[in-house]
Amino acid sequence: MIENALAGNRKYWLWISALLVLIVIGALFYMRQLTYGLGVTGLSRDVTWGLYISQFTFFVGVAASAVMVVLPYYLHDYKQFGKITILGELLAVAAVTMCMLFIFVDMGQPARVMNVLLHPTPHSMMFWDMVSLSGYLLLNGVVAFTTLSSDRKGVATPHWVKPFIYLSIPWAVSIHTVTAFLYSGLAARPFWMTAVLAPRFLASAFASGPALLILLILVLRRTTGYDPGAAALGKLKTIMTYAATISVFFVLMELFTAFYSGIPEHREHFEFLYAGLDGQSGLVPWMWVSVILMVAALSMLYSPRTRVGNQVLAASCVCIFISLWIEKGMGLIVGGLVPSALGSVAKYQPTMPEWGIVIGIWAIGSLMVTVFYKITVGVRSIS
Amino acid sequence: MTITRKQFLMFAAASLAGAAGAKVVSGAEVVREIGKKDGKRWAMAVDFQKCRWDQGCNQCSAACNRTHNVPNLPNKAQEVKWIWKEKYQTVFRQESDVVNPTLTSHPLSLLCNHCSKPACTKVCPTGATWKREEDGVVMMDWHRCIGCRYCMAACPYGSRSFNFVDPRPYVANVNPEFPTRTRGVVEKCNFCEERLAKGQIPACVENCSERALTFGDQNDANSDLRRLLASRYAIQRQPELGTGPAIYYLI
Amino acid sequence: MRERILIFGGIAIFLVLFTYPAWHAKAASTRANPPKLQLPVDAKECVAPISSMRAAHMQLLVDWRENAVRNGVRRVHASNGKGYDASLTRTCLGCHSRSEFCDKCHSYSGVSTPSCWQCHNESKPVSGRVQ
Repeated sequence: MIENALAGNRKYWLWISALLVLIVIGALFYMRQLTYGLGVTGLSRDVTWGLYISQFTFFVGVAASAVMVVLPYYLHDYKQFGKITILGELLAVAAVTMCMLFIFVDMGQPARVMNVLLHPTPHSMMFWDMVSLSGYLLLNGVVAFTTLSSDRKGVATPHWVKPFIYLSIPWAVSIHTVTAFLYSGLAARPFWMTAVLAPRFLASAFASGPALLILLILVLRRTTGYDPGAAALGKLKTIMTYAATISVFFVLMELFTAFYSGIPEHREHFEFLYAGLDGQSGLVPWMWVSVILMVAALSMLYSPRTRVGNQVLAASCVCIFISLWIEKGMGLIVGGLVPSALGSVAKYQPTMPEWGIVIGIWAIGSLMVTVFYKITVGVRSIS
Repeated sequence: MTITRKQFLMFAAASLAGAAGAKVVSGAEVVREIGKKDGKRWAMAVDFQKCRWDQGCNQCSAACNRTHNVPNLPNKAQEVKWIWKEKYQTVFRQESDVVNPTLTSHPLSLLCNHCSKPACTKVCPTGATWKREEDGVVMMDWHRCIGCRYCMAACPYGSRSFNFVDPRPYVANVNPEFPTRTRGVVEKCNFCEERLAKGQIPACVENCSERALTFGDQNDANSDLRRLLASRYAIQRQPELGTGPAIYYLI
Repeated sequence: MRERILIFGGIAIFLVLFTYPAWHAKAASTRANPPKLQLPVDAKECVAPISSMRAAHMQLLVDWRENAVRNGVRRVHASNGKGYDASLTRTCLGCHSRSEFCDKCHSYSGVSTPSCWQCHNESKPVSGRVQ
């Protein structure tokens, strides 16, 4: 199967080489972080989680979104998704791998990571997060690999894969719920401790995941001619649109409870994000860009002139993806930690090593997706 | 007897799952009930009106830093502190300042509250921090900590610090009796548990010349601490969160 | 035919290189030189028999550590009936010198230097007899 990924044109190899360069740069920055400590980042005693954990939180959503293509096909016989389910599952594998890497580079003592499994702590949501992410990786890996192998051999997928596929559906929901539980159970952080956090996570996941999937499909169609069909793309667009709408609704609900109740500990985090607090307004432009992008995307997707057909599809996907990346990434994590428990407003700005490592991990995920999709297209075009 | 490859693989997977399951079950932390009959609960009262932080005194934090090799880092954003000063109005933000105006700008000492229902121990994924049942001290195991900083996110009091860099170069005089820490682990006030084991009181309490800090067993109705708490009105930090802190601020 | 020579020649060179650690010492006619350790002068016996310490001192340290840190058991009774403080710095380094004893064997045998010293302190240097 791998031989499909080793045959490509010039553009393909240029892309692969560029990714490898970014990975090496990321690895070098990480080695520096290992030697010196997390002091190379912009993290502080008040803002202890930042870029790394924000990327983890966002990409868990992308990983969970595979359920949005698996569920209709397997539970509702929506056959139009036939050529997409494998792409969703493979995207999930790459996204979960990225998530685990983001957590790994965030740890102060990464060599001790196995302590989480050697000394299980069922009372800690982080323990369950590790369990559920590992399980999800395994599930999707097994399902995707078996499907591709069977395709390559020209036989139907074996029956024993079905239970795994059915299991991956609630499991996808659970990985993102557990990740939300990491935050929503903390009495210390009123910005996070809200019952709507898990539903919010799921809604934004089911918007950002399909957005990325659509973009990847458009790229695939342009570069390889692999076409899942207009119906599938249209349905994905619908899912993305309504999930994004629900996500926006949830954010508006949060804004209401925070500002109407007026409780300082609840209100101040939103003030910091959208207006600035105590002279710190570094995130304000980002948050408003996120709002503008989302409004633009939803206008494109709902407006009668553009909602039918696919002219605005790519643009709206890019807008939704970036908007949610900001809001669910840095907006959520840094917003939750500023102001601190004592009300102090710290400045957090990711440093170059942080960005280098993050870009390196993105490159690893992109490399995985590239190789997986190349194999898929190669296998499917033969069969 | 012949077995197919499929049967062999299923058997191997079942054995592996069984072995892993056994490890998980045996490795699960057992809640320690020893000392429950002792029922000790170490606590501290801070009479901050005696505190002279604002006049340049820092005996408590200097003693703690000396005893425990707490580093003095130049980058204050990534500092490590076990006991430190804050103003009353920062700590008790929602208290009205009309009631007693002189209180609001008074400094007081903040440290780990050694809660009875700690938020930090609940979230630790490795059990590197836990509450000792026999005396209520919230402990740290620096050998096991993976530096995920979840405990820091969970603590409502901001009591915990992370070693962003190797602290050793920033410890002026290493106390050989107590280890330093390494980069990548979280640390906090440990109620001087190594001194408590030898029957001594915490270093901060011992070194406060104004006797602003009182230490004792809050479950012992006859202790100095309890008598002090009975005679003065005390408030605690964010008691509504249900953490059950053991630090009392005397009004 | 030519390829056969190259192939077998390559395999032979590989085997020679692969087994280098096994024959190098013999070929250079040198004997293994175990490090000269500085043994403590004051203490007559260790907390456990030397044979068991040689085999399992790291396990003993880990057991002491887990018991002291997690169970608050700071005083242990050794097989010789004596009581010891379960402390790396006070007990072990009270007799042994880290650089003249622990590090010597660890670097000689290439067993990764334990990360103990990142945190734990060394007590005052110990003068002792050299083995």
